[in-house]
Amino acid sequence: MRNRKTIIGLGAILGVVVLWFALSRWFGIIPASRFPTPADFWDALKQIELRGYAGSRLHDHAWHSLRLIVISFIVAVGTGVPLGLLMGWNRKAEALINPVFTLIRPIPPLAWIPLAILWLGLGDAAKVMVIWFAAFVPSVINAHAGVRNIDKSVIEAARMLGTPPFRLVTEVILPGALPMIFTGLRLSLQASWTTLVAAELVGALVGIGFVLNVAQQDIYPAMILVGMLTAGVLGWFTTFILGLVEKSVLSWSVRGRA
Amino acid sequence: MQQRLSWAETVTYGFIGLAVFLGVWYALPTIGLVPQQFLPSPVTVLNRMVVLMTQPFAGATLPAHIGYSFIRFFTGFLLAALIGIPLGLIMGWFRVVDEIVAPIFDGLRFIAPIAWVPFAALWFGTGVGGPVMIIFAGAFPPCVINAYRGAKQVDPQLIEAAEMLGTGHLRMMTEILLPASVPSIVAGLRVAAGLGWQSLVGAELIVASTGVGFMMVQAQGNVATSTVMCGMVAIGIVGLIIDMLLRRGEEAIRRRRGLAE
Repeated sequence: MRNRKTIIGLGAILGVVVLWFALSRWFGIIPASRFPTPADFWDALKQIELRGYAGSRLHDHAWHSLRLIVISFIVAVGTGVPLGLLMGWNRKAEALINPVFTLIRPIPPLAWIPLAILWLGLGDAAKVMVIWFAAFVPSVINAHAGVRNIDKSVIEAARMLGTPPFRLVTEVILPGALPMIFTGLRLSLQASWTTLVAAELVGALVGIGFVLNVAQQDIYPAMILVGMLTAGVLGWFTTFILGLVEKSVLSWSVRGRA
Repeated sequence: MQQRLSWAETVTYGFIGLAVFLGVWYALPTIGLVPQQFLPSPVTVLNRMVVLMTQPFAGATLPAHIGYSFIRFFTGFLLAALIGIPLGLIMGWFRVVDEIVAPIFDGLRFIAPIAWVPFAALWFGTGVGGPVMIIFAGAFPPCVINAYRGAKQVDPQLIEAAEMLGTGHLRMMTEILLPASVPSIVAGLRVAAGLGWQSLVGAELIVASTGVGFMMVQAQGNVATSTVMCGMVAIGIVGLIIDMLLRRGEEAIRRRRGLAE
């Protein structure tokens, strides 16, 4: 049955490509000014990779965006997960931080973009700030929930056996919360990409979102498609890597194997 | 895990947390450590908010901008629900449709909704159509996924009973699958509303000539930090209200179904 699924799936994607050729090229139903033909797309791809577009070549734009995502993601996770763990473990810390967190949380990350530009300009720092914000919130929430979902008897058993606090955190709390933490990381990663693309669309000098922005102003549909697909491939790639990490870290858990 | 705090303790700590947050925010610009233009104090933002209620900025008052944004949001959200829910149910019922649509859908999902902005502007303009398409792109996937999941989780006995009684495909979907998956669909709508609202803000930052997002971009261009912050507050409040209304609906439905915890 897996076979049937794969065949139909591949057939569907092939069908979309054929439909694209048919509608744009052979019958001309979609005007080229609205959506590119496959040949236009190929030309745009060659142009941006060989000669460059919007100031750089495609792999430079892609690398720049990818690097920003990785840096911001690591910073956000590195601050968000510990805070979430702390709030899950320490009731006083939770009571202290939660109201402020609740106050800021309803503001969507994208709404921070104008403020980030005012504070830090159009460079990388503003993007890191906005992505940090986008990825921080899911990290905190899920790490918090992860600690709360740990079976109480496990913690009590560890305590009874005289586990020192440090080992309790590293050997009971953290592993117990990990499956939830990874759920949060996946949400964080997705939010990071959305935010980065938006931030680069609003104002940037290099990056995939900037390619989209220039292509939009040039009314260049083929280049818009190149930018979108690149963003999609990069998003898929980072999700794939995170999945690999999750599988190796959570190999002991049922969720990790699934 | 530590012992639960008493109610009084929770309130006290929460109050201290908020007081420190607001106090630092108030003190930094007031004593001149940070320029007002960089970080206006909460009082300045509040005053600015009052002014924006009656005085137009970027072509309209704050309530008018919110109105424009909300109409766009509602249109896009409604479209996403009206197309996404039936699609999800159809995918849940006909396996062939599921197998054909799923790979295309999964591929498209990796493209952030906001990356559709250039095409949205090209196809539907920057007035209402373009932003509506972006909200649609944000809100559509959760509608489809939750309707699909709901349809897949229907008790097989119900389906078999209906089949035995000779129910056709259409009635199966409208009278068995749809009512049975309502809790899942409503949960999806809440996620969809959140994503849609956030996509709208993004779209308005980039292409629009009205709306809260547009107001914020104009304010950013004029280095009117307090107006930018008013926009953020307004977006947060409206988002919170939308979420609260949908949560009420979700809870009411769960209670009626006897699913309440």
